[in-house]
Amino acid sequence: MKIDPRFEFAVDKARNRITVEREFAANQQLVWDCHTRREYLDQWFAPKPLTTRTKHMDFRAGGYWHYAMVMPDGQSFWSRLDYQSIAPINGYVALDGFSDETGAVNPELPRARWDVAFSGAQDRTTVTTVIQYDSAQDVQKVIDMGLQAGLTSTLERLDELLLTLQG
Amino acid sequence: MDNYCASLDSIFHALADPTRRGIVQRLGRGPATVTELAQPFAMALPSLMKHVGVLEETGLIRSTKTGRVRTCVLERKQLAAVELWLGEQRAVWQARYGNLDALLEKLNGEDDEN
Repeated sequence: MKIDPRFEFAVDKARNRITVEREFAANQQLVWDCHTRREYLDQWFAPKPLTTRTKHMDFRAGGYWHYAMVMPDGQSFWSRLDYQSIAPINGYVALDGFSDETGAVNPELPRARWDVAFSGAQDRTTVTTVIQYDSAQDVQKVIDMGLQAGLTSTLERLDELLLTLQG
Repeated sequence: MDNYCASLDSIFHALADPTRRGIVQRLGRGPATVTELAQPFAMALPSLMKHVGVLEETGLIRSTKTGRVRTCVLERKQLAAVELWLGEQRAVWQARYGNLDALLEKLNGEDDEN
């Protein structure tokens, strides 16, 4: 696995929490803009070879981002991120969830709370994202859903996954 | 948390080898003897046993010996699914942040030109 000293991915299983931390070579305003403006989000949010397509973006408390990650064959995975509170340019809190093309959130599936914090000094910015699930059952539901939808690697798709990890 | 990440790394190390992936995939369909596992790989039993040993250390598989026959089973399939999901989440964030590096570089470049 490629080691990137600027990237940290920590799992706290007991608390059903994932913390992702990453440093970027840009000032805080620019990194903030990339996280909060649709024209920028569409250029980076989906991992290749998927692309991002924003259908709706209203970046304010109570607003939401409705977007799809699109596979090369056209298959789309829709999500919706509901913004709960925003403190420009230091952070925001949002609820992540699976949705359909109309933007309706799937009520059967749990939502994770994203607490995203930005801290910068001159031309360096660190982004810390805490992804919080309510329970281990919720995490399990998300995994099961992914397996069913073909979103998550099954054992049969290990090869692709490992290529990604080594990339 | 550190221990947990270490276990995630050891599982991904174990699965970085194509023979071991083949073994895990085969066991996903049900238990198999070591001889059965060796067949598709045209591999001598001692070499195969080394791979089985690496997988056993991660806790992904378990083997039992009855007489002269050693049978392997995929253990904790659900745990394997959790580990894979976490590994995939990690890969997704790593990949999207790689994209963001490129975008920031582009935007910084545009800024310098202005």
